[in-house]
Amino acid sequence: MFLINCPFCGEREQSEFKAGGEAHIVRPKQPTELSDDEWAEYLFMRKNIKGIQFERWNHVHGCRKWFNMVRDTSNDQIKAVYKMGEKPPVK
Amino acid sequence: MKNKYSIFSLIKNAFSYHENWEKAWKDPEPKKEYDAVIVGGGGHGLATAYYLAKKHNMKNIAVVEKGWIGGGNTGRNTTIIRSNYLWDASAGLYDHALKIWEGLSQELNYNVMFSQRGVMNLAHNLQDVRDLKRRTHANRLNGIDAVYLNTEEVKKFCPIINTSQDIRYPVLGGTLQRRAGTARHDAVAWGYARGADEMGVDIIQNCEVKGIKRNGDTVEGIETTKGFIKTKKIGVVAAGHSSVIANMAGLKLPLESKPLQALVSEPVKPIIDTVVMSNAVHAYVSQSDKGELVIGAGTDDYVSYSQKGSHDIVEGTLNAILELYPIFSRMRMLRQWGGIVDICPDASPIISKTSIKGLYFNCGWGTGGFKATPGSGDLFAHTIANDEPHKLNAAFNINRFVSGDLVDEHGAAAVAH
Repeated sequence: MFLINCPFCGEREQSEFKAGGEAHIVRPKQPTELSDDEWAEYLFMRKNIKGIQFERWNHVHGCRKWFNMVRDTSNDQIKAVYKMGEKPPVK
Repeated sequence: MKNKYSIFSLIKNAFSYHENWEKAWKDPEPKKEYDAVIVGGGGHGLATAYYLAKKHNMKNIAVVEKGWIGGGNTGRNTTIIRSNYLWDASAGLYDHALKIWEGLSQELNYNVMFSQRGVMNLAHNLQDVRDLKRRTHANRLNGIDAVYLNTEEVKKFCPIINTSQDIRYPVLGGTLQRRAGTARHDAVAWGYARGADEMGVDIIQNCEVKGIKRNGDTVEGIETTKGFIKTKKIGVVAAGHSSVIANMAGLKLPLESKPLQALVSEPVKPIIDTVVMSNAVHAYVSQSDKGELVIGAGTDDYVSYSQKGSHDIVEGTLNAILELYPIFSRMRMLRQWGGIVDICPDASPIISKTSIKGLYFNCGWGTGGFKATPGSGDLFAHTIANDEPHKLNAAFNINRFVSGDLVDEHGAAAVAH
């Protein structure tokens, strides 16, 4: 349980949000030209990092908007929150 | 040769105040080289080592564990064992495990307290009823015992369930697998450790893997906190940390690691003599031999390695438990904890070779790995020893995420993952 600072609504409880998995996975531009391996990579393979991870969240019980988050998955500390389309503020 | 545990050894040791029992396993330092190294000293890892030594005559092997054996998810699960899975591949895998469970205490000379008290899965809406009936038929076609119960039969089998049709999610029926049940989770790890140790397997605790050394596409050994260990075969059984190990070898796995919580109540007299699981409201409960109610909650939806889950998950589970069992309304909870489970997109495990020669993965068990411990160890040992999967785990290869031939148990199994 932790608090999330929604970029649109401010600080709310994590239970108001839905995690959307790893961020910055680029949708293939030419899906018809993808090999099976590339599809598997895009659809299923995940970094699943223990440490600093970039991920997407949705404030489902609030403004219902998507945004990005940088979080340390080893202790659930949030390092940064930023809007969709923005560059991550930390490396 | 270890002394056999028996009524006579118990009496003999009673005379010396139980102070002279021999150690169940040694605490060796790692050798320079092994024929195979198993990463992860949980039930699955120790079972793998046991069957490698026993069935495949690989005695020069080691199990490395970063903490203490059985201290991860083996010691954190809710000990439920069943094999009533929908698809043929899963049914084969889990029933293989259940058949080994049935003779495990005798085989290991270690009481794993396997208790076939039955597992009942409840239906709360019409779709549940259809799904559970379909699964019952599928199970019976695969030779797995299963019966469908109507509401009255559910009430008869477990009288404390609230079968009032006025509650938010009324009980419309359920399935029962009588061969299913529970076992003592720690004993499984300890029994396999003792058996493996007796055959010469080195069980090395407090030894964390820091890197995997590769020469091209072949493994050469592992870097650990106790130095480099040379080996040609590495079997990774690291549960929630599988991706961490895979990243060391430059591999990516189709896994997400999430917290799964469980809790136990204060101990009370026997009140529930079976295991009851409810998919729709996600609550399951059984009673341990100590008298505690053992309650399983769900996973959080975010990736975390913190071994802590969110409070609202526990709250949701307890709400469901109280509606189904009003008799528990004044029970106090004693302990709550979290484990990190590695979940595949199809919620089925991976027991497989990889693109790197000599590197094998047994992972992705998600929320339901304990029940498979003996079968998983047996099949993973076969895969490592022969460099080929057994026919029972062939479907659980890592390439299914490329071919699309998934074993889609998500929601089709007896409880939602």
